[in-house]
Amino acid sequence: MEVGRSLDRVDAYDKVTGRAKYTDDLRGSGALVAKILHSTIANGVVKSMDLSEAQAIPGVVKVLTCFDVPDIQYPTPGHPWSVEEAHQDVSDRKLLNRRVRIYGDDIAVVVAEDELTAERALRAIRVEYEEYPVYTTPEQAMAPGAVPIHDEHPDNVLKHTLFNVLTPGAQVRDVDEVFADPAYRVFEDHFDTQAVQHCHIENPVSFAWMEGERIVVVSSTQIPHIVRRVIGQALGIGWGSIRVIKPYIGGGFGNKQEVLYEPLNAWITTQVGGRKVKLECTREETFQNTRSRHAIHFDVKAAVRPEDMRLMARSCRAVSNQGGYASHGHSIVANAVTGFRQTYPDELAHRSDAYTVYTNLGSTGAMRGYGIPQCNFAGECFMDDIAREMGWDPLAFRLRNLMPLGYVDPTNGITCQSTGLAECIRKGADFIGWEKLRAEYARPQAGPVCRGVGMAVFSYKTGVWPISLETASARVVLNQDGTVQLQLGATEIGQGGDTVFSQMCAQAIGIPTEDVHIVSFQDTDTAPFDTGAYASRQTYVTGKAIKKAGESFRARLLAYAAGLTHLDPGNLDIQARQVVNTRTGTPVLSLAELALEAFYSLDHCEHITAEESIQCKNNTFSFGACFAEVEVDIPVGKVKVLRIVNVHDSGKLINPKLAEAQVHGGMSMGMGYALSEEMKYDDKGRLLNGNLLDYKLPTAMDHPELHALFVETEDPSGPFGNKALGEPPAIPVAGAIRNAVLQATGVAIRRLPMNPQRLVEAFTQAGLIGKEE
Amino acid sequence: MYDFTSIYRASSVPDAIAALEREPRAVVIAGGSDVLIKIREGKLAGVPLVSIHGLDAELAGVSLLENGDLAIGPLTTFRGVTRDPLIQAHVPVLGEAADMAGGPQLRAVGTIGGNVCNGVTSADTASTLMAFGAELHLRGPAGWRVVPISDWYQGVGKVDLGPAELLCRIVLPRDHFEGWSGHYIKYAQRNAMDIATLGVSCLVKLSADKTTCEDVRLAFGVAAPTPIRSHTAEDGVRGLPVAQAAERIGTLALEDINPRTSWRASKEFRVQLVRELSGRALLEAARKGGAAV
Repeated sequence: MEVGRSLDRVDAYDKVTGRAKYTDDLRGSGALVAKILHSTIANGVVKSMDLSEAQAIPGVVKVLTCFDVPDIQYPTPGHPWSVEEAHQDVSDRKLLNRRVRIYGDDIAVVVAEDELTAERALRAIRVEYEEYPVYTTPEQAMAPGAVPIHDEHPDNVLKHTLFNVLTPGAQVRDVDEVFADPAYRVFEDHFDTQAVQHCHIENPVSFAWMEGERIVVVSSTQIPHIVRRVIGQALGIGWGSIRVIKPYIGGGFGNKQEVLYEPLNAWITTQVGGRKVKLECTREETFQNTRSRHAIHFDVKAAVRPEDMRLMARSCRAVSNQGGYASHGHSIVANAVTGFRQTYPDELAHRSDAYTVYTNLGSTGAMRGYGIPQCNFAGECFMDDIAREMGWDPLAFRLRNLMPLGYVDPTNGITCQSTGLAECIRKGADFIGWEKLRAEYARPQAGPVCRGVGMAVFSYKTGVWPISLETASARVVLNQDGTVQLQLGATEIGQGGDTVFSQMCAQAIGIPTEDVHIVSFQDTDTAPFDTGAYASRQTYVTGKAIKKAGESFRARLLAYAAGLTHLDPGNLDIQARQVVNTRTGTPVLSLAELALEAFYSLDHCEHITAEESIQCKNNTFSFGACFAEVEVDIPVGKVKVLRIVNVHDSGKLINPKLAEAQVHGGMSMGMGYALSEEMKYDDKGRLLNGNLLDYKLPTAMDHPELHALFVETEDPSGPFGNKALGEPPAIPVAGAIRNAVLQATGVAIRRLPMNPQRLVEAFTQAGLIGKEE
Repeated sequence: MYDFTSIYRASSVPDAIAALEREPRAVVIAGGSDVLIKIREGKLAGVPLVSIHGLDAELAGVSLLENGDLAIGPLTTFRGVTRDPLIQAHVPVLGEAADMAGGPQLRAVGTIGGNVCNGVTSADTASTLMAFGAELHLRGPAGWRVVPISDWYQGVGKVDLGPAELLCRIVLPRDHFEGWSGHYIKYAQRNAMDIATLGVSCLVKLSADKTTCEDVRLAFGVAAPTPIRSHTAEDGVRGLPVAQAAERIGTLALEDINPRTSWRASKEFRVQLVRELSGRALLEAARKGGAAV
């Protein structure tokens, strides 16, 4: 079995020794440097620019401004193109923008012989603006009389959706009827999540140049084929006239599921005679000008039946702060309210009300979990708050209401085809010692340092069907020595994709993974089509394409072997690099012999390859739980996570060691989300902490041992019984830590992050600090 | 690429002073962990540099002077301070404070002199040097001059360093550390790679029976625009039993502090930290000195 083995990563040695090539390693010689001029206002219009001083600096090749760019608005999110116009992404920006919508908006670019010259020229450009009021919150932006940030949306609401969902068979009109029923206890609560950023190690960077009439772009991206398309859209040129190359990348987490500066760089090279141009974001630009996780405000309400802890109906109103540009737009808050609904299907009814509102803060987009970490915080805090008020064990309350096997989402049809969630909860509870610790920490604790234990659970769909297209393709090519090349449009982004793709390919053909040579880099001229790394989709969706291509390839190998040996292909198998006659159990020829014959036969020469594409019209839920034990130093507002464990049901694991590593990374991200990370803006819309000193990403010293456990269900819809794992580990951590803090202190925190100042304020308000004075 | 116009590598302290006299706009660079960041940010873009990097023979290392005072060369790195046997023997709290700056890489290049000369209130060694009542020995075109650290800080990022003057020696007088034990608490959001939200350094001189604070010195970083001593707190707990001193010192310290609300932290939050952490620092300092607490 190649699938299920904890193989070393196929790129491990190259990455550790520094041989692996990233975008900047491919720079070659003679590249010009482009640097962007960012606006010093957050809302307004560029009236004029004085470039004379900048243009006079020796070494400045070209200064291009928002007055020069093509008059084309284009979208930036890494979604598949939609053939239905109504479902196409929002096109709301130009390459450089006269209409300034965020502080630091891109308004001009200097192309120079080197970076310092470009920076000096930027400082020499004089800009005259017309300024409008700055809106940092949805409330301000939606207020009557507010200036439209985009003319297409005069009320600054990018989109509003309202769904009343009745459980099939329920005899009620809507949630309000349930809330009004005196038989039930009704709860209301409000939660806020913050904007955070991905903090991938490698900042966005690209090189662009021209070859003939075509533009070549090398970029650090999760989605090369989508980048190609969006460059075509943004420049108004044929998509085939663009070639995008994706080398190894230093992390993405969704920020590179976005077409960031590739279109601008592609256009710049056309303005300097096709010379190679480098465009790289600094860390500060990455913070200010790329994307972040949406801050979402939640108003939630629930009716529970006291007798049996059943959730009868819930409502969730979510208002999402989009920032200045649409990016993934409403998809994220829509996913959030749906995710809130799905984990615990209500007995009777549910209402989801979601707003995406433009403001003048930095634009928000895709980030690991796509809205679910937000709704999970709200939902899982709410569950604990209800349980606390009702005197229920929060674990038992959850178990009573979990999504059951066979659940079919009434709005999109996504079905629970396998679930190990209850088992995940049991396993996590055993690991942490739930019953013992809950009882122990429920007793009064002496002194200012208190302990608590908390939990959270989640569900997460695998890929984007039926909301969007799911498709992938794979190509397998035989080598002369009987090994194969695997070519994909799916991308390795640090998650270990190449390794598990190789394992799946080997499994489908019946050869060792060591005999699969994966072509890691995507070149859109040669790589098969795939939409890329996002939505935890690749092992599931691309996995289906790999399986199909591998099986076709295997059939062709055996057919060729049958021709050579005059045996029935149905009686042939591949074992230990040999074609074996299954009737006699004896090898008939080696794959190496077969390959040489196929390549060079004077009788029957055939280049054995297989290329298959699939459309995945299926989806399934993966699940998991997090348990955390914390110690809270109340007077100084510090939370120390003593022990933490994530337990995941992601179906069958393709590579258990890689899966564990994936969970570790997600848990770390979840801890930062819970305790320290936050993008802070002033009322002018300026990002205050856009660097890695002031933005509090946890360091190695801030982590306890991270424990990852699995419950391996066999999902019938997955190509190898597998389902999503990439994003889920980041989801339940904040809720579990918050609920542990709740048990430790009795204080229900409703806003992330739970940083020391916020906790000190909450503890002071609750009377835990300042009592003795 | 860093935007500086020139770099002069001084061959000696007098050579560095002469270079600074020739180019009054020049900035001194030692480890570079502050200066290079400011150049990159554009705050010092286009600046000429005078490097004292490599003048270790004159400016690095720790020694015990004939009178028993401890002399620290300003070019000693944070790591050098922490690992120095004399520091460990006589003022271990200073080595512990130096070990909390940034991360391992920064501590291998950043110097204690830079930490003092940049005038930053959050500097990790500053509050401890303040508590020890360090003397700063400066050398300039007119010769040597000594400034007590209590007179050194003149405002945010401003110190009493004259034109073409170099900090050449940090001296801790013997009676300021002999018989004292100390503890530094760096309160930051992270356990590494961070700047202090509050730095508290407390030195205690215990009675012979280790039960009473004969004397106490308490200094803060980030409790005011510059590092400060809290004389009110020191006076208020002098002579008290350890536990009682620990209980009172935080509230007393509030008299002397002047923290600001910034986007990094509110005044109220920093006040709460002063109230809580002063006593914790005192208790730990006393414990290190042999008190049974």
